[in-house]
Amino acid sequence: MSESANWDWKTKEKLLVDLNELQKKFIDIRELTPSDDGEKIAAVVQPEDKRFTTCVNGEVWDETFEKVWSLKFKPDNKLVSLVFRDFEWTVAVDHEMWEEKFDFIWNMQFTPDGRVAANVKKGDDYGVSVDGKTWENGFVEARDLIISPNGTKTASAVSTKRIKEGDIFGFQEGVWTVAVDGVTWDKTFVNVWGVTFSHDNQHLAAEVRLNLYDYTIAVDGKTWEETFGCVWEPVFKPGSYDVVAPIKTPQGWTLAMNGKPIWGNFIQIWNQKYSPDGKRIAAIVAPEYGKWTIAVDGSPWARSFSDAVLPPIFSPDSKRVAAAAKESKYPFHMQSALHNIPGNDRYTIAVDGTPWAEDFDMVWDPIFSPGSDKVLTKVEKNGRYFIAIDGRVGRRGFEALWNPVFSPDGEKLLIRCVEGGKYYRRVVPIGEI
Amino acid sequence: MAVAEKKMAVAEKKTEKAWGKIVDAGLDEGIKKLTPEKIEKVINKALAAMGGARLKTYVDTCIHCGLCSEACHHYLSNDRDPSFAPVAKVKQTMWPILKNKGRVTPEFIRRAAEIAYTECNLCKRCSMYCPFGIDMAYILLSVRRICHLLGVTPLYLQDTAHSHAVTMNQMWVKQDDWIDTVQWQEEEIRAEIKNPRIPIDKEGADIMYSVIGPEPKFQAQLMGQAAIIMNVAGINWTYPSFDGWDNSDMAMYSGDHEIMGRVKRAHFEAAFRLKAKKIVMGECGHAFRSIYDVGNRWLGLKMPPVPVIHAIQFYYELLREGRIKIAKKFKEPVTLHDPCNVIRGRGLGEMARYVTNAICEDFTEMQPNREYNFCCCAGGGVINCGPPWAKKRAISNRVKAEQMKETGAHIVITPCHNCHSGIEDIIKYYKLGMHTKFFSEILVEVMEIPEEFKVG
Repeated sequence: MSESANWDWKTKEKLLVDLNELQKKFIDIRELTPSDDGEKIAAVVQPEDKRFTTCVNGEVWDETFEKVWSLKFKPDNKLVSLVFRDFEWTVAVDHEMWEEKFDFIWNMQFTPDGRVAANVKKGDDYGVSVDGKTWENGFVEARDLIISPNGTKTASAVSTKRIKEGDIFGFQEGVWTVAVDGVTWDKTFVNVWGVTFSHDNQHLAAEVRLNLYDYTIAVDGKTWEETFGCVWEPVFKPGSYDVVAPIKTPQGWTLAMNGKPIWGNFIQIWNQKYSPDGKRIAAIVAPEYGKWTIAVDGSPWARSFSDAVLPPIFSPDSKRVAAAAKESKYPFHMQSALHNIPGNDRYTIAVDGTPWAEDFDMVWDPIFSPGSDKVLTKVEKNGRYFIAIDGRVGRRGFEALWNPVFSPDGEKLLIRCVEGGKYYRRVVPIGEI
Repeated sequence: MAVAEKKMAVAEKKTEKAWGKIVDAGLDEGIKKLTPEKIEKVINKALAAMGGARLKTYVDTCIHCGLCSEACHHYLSNDRDPSFAPVAKVKQTMWPILKNKGRVTPEFIRRAAEIAYTECNLCKRCSMYCPFGIDMAYILLSVRRICHLLGVTPLYLQDTAHSHAVTMNQMWVKQDDWIDTVQWQEEEIRAEIKNPRIPIDKEGADIMYSVIGPEPKFQAQLMGQAAIIMNVAGINWTYPSFDGWDNSDMAMYSGDHEIMGRVKRAHFEAAFRLKAKKIVMGECGHAFRSIYDVGNRWLGLKMPPVPVIHAIQFYYELLREGRIKIAKKFKEPVTLHDPCNVIRGRGLGEMARYVTNAICEDFTEMQPNREYNFCCCAGGGVINCGPPWAKKRAISNRVKAEQMKETGAHIVITPCHNCHSGIEDIIKYYKLGMHTKFFSEILVEVMEIPEEFKVG
């Protein structure tokens, strides 16, 4: 049963915070962040000059800091923030702070069971800390944080040897690898990017550069036999240890599984995603130069877009694919920083190759209903935010809106929004949007 | 030996005297690993991958008229030494490569690399003087691509490409250092304006502002100045906390197309991830070229997928629409350097003049100017070849020094990072007694700070 099954799906509307009133109390309010269930809304507030703290549903924490950022609610509705005081950073979970202090903390994320993980720096050592327990081994540098699907493991691309800036020959010997829970692969590479876990948490794949020219995929440090002109981020096929990644060959870009091409050639391929059942794969492709679309199992949609298509999203039943898409009509030199050219830089949602009739100033990622029959997203029009379902734009516009959430039965939506300077949690039947 | 070749040989000796034999481990160690067989194989593979039609068209179209010579600041600054004529640079590099089908020596590659990386700024001024508009920069970039594939690149430029590969920025700025610097600048500008805000990861902001690596590394005050402008102008903006904040791309100039594309992808995807409608980039020239001309195309994008607005245009719009008002114009005499990539390349010359006149009292044009302006000699990655080449770079832009001196200005406005540093070097070398400034530095000095932003 999903988390959302326990949420309040009966109360139609809750006014939780009058932000207008809140603003009168503080010098500054920033990072307005609602909880997933919409019952809480948090912000970083500045009660006095140069002092910051957090505020949840209008209640202010009496501890203040020099800096507070990266507000996020955990699935259990506890607020997590990164706080800095007296030259030390730590993590605050509601009003409790980790005992461990760091020189810096970033990339804060949650494990599925609700633990807090982040990249950390202490002294000269870089690594990862989970609920304040830091990897035993520190590294010269750690970039990015990857959490295994069940949350039991963390990984990062790490540099194992300090080389001087300008030591191009030392760099080309390879000082980068992957560390899992602080333990590195046996092999180092010139570069490591795009680290990803297998679905059973046991294996890791990454893009690697073997020298300045040869790219391939490494799985647990062992490289594919084949090398390529370039590769992009790999993914594991669900339920298997097969790894799929875009590869650049002399004939163009294609998708390869375990080193062998499985699709035809394109001008570009990236952001491949497996369907939930693991049987289908979709990716962003450019079938022709300057034309972008989604290909599913190697077949591109007939409709392409001039500017961009964003990562594909599969429906829960694995049968449908949706993606945000963008098009422009006018030449690049007509762009303005402060104004939008009517009809230009338009975003929409395309579902199974068919774009919605209406386009928008911005769209967020498409969200499928639990039954896979509906697609909705948050859209922006003329500075206001709306919910759009299957191409139909909702009646009410909001000053701020967070991603709507379907009820488990798909009949209602949880809407977290700001209207008239007030934060509301609303539950609205789909037909009334 | 033909007369022209004799002249070139003499010139070669003459110029060697001016800056001496330059040692660069990237080139010198690079050629030690080469054999004629390897060179031939790599070159032919590279030429096949390039497709060849564009290159062949340019090479076959050139009638060797030499009209491009007078366009080149290297040629003019080195007493019209014919070896510095654009056509001569092609003659010394790509022509023999094509004619000999890649059968050239390691020493040839060493010299070709020196020419391609340090004697051509890829500024494209010569293309305007060529009767056929031949894109010399493309040819020299192709030579650089070959040199990269052979592992013969200037050390400092290669190091910058390595930085891009690891960090997606050109100055080895670590993820924590970037965020720390952004937060530090918010604190710093509290002395300038009341309650400033530098939003990080603000989803749905109108503008993602992007900078180049040297700003967080050495010139963080520029980020502070940008923040003052953004706050006062009421812009809904943000920085990403993650990779992709750097718009620059020296891999484009080292010839590492794969890293160039990777860096550009990270930049565009940062904007998409933040749901930012536009990217405004700071005062950088080559970054602009990388997003709309070279890097985007390698990825298969005709144009940037997110509109990218250069700082010159941004300031122009802010001033024209009264979003920023000027309290008191800058008094010192100024001149304006036109960065090749955004003036010749993007046509922002008139906007640059609008901004200059709006913020400065005493503006004297360099002659020639706008798209005919001379390059700073730092561009095209030449300044990134580092200290070994600095003296040669200064000597090879005497014409720029003369051009600037004639204006009588005290300040040279240089709305591009490489131009800014390169021109400062020229000013010092020729003892011109001037200084460079970015638009943002002057703008923040002269702009009106509205009452609600006044400190104290």
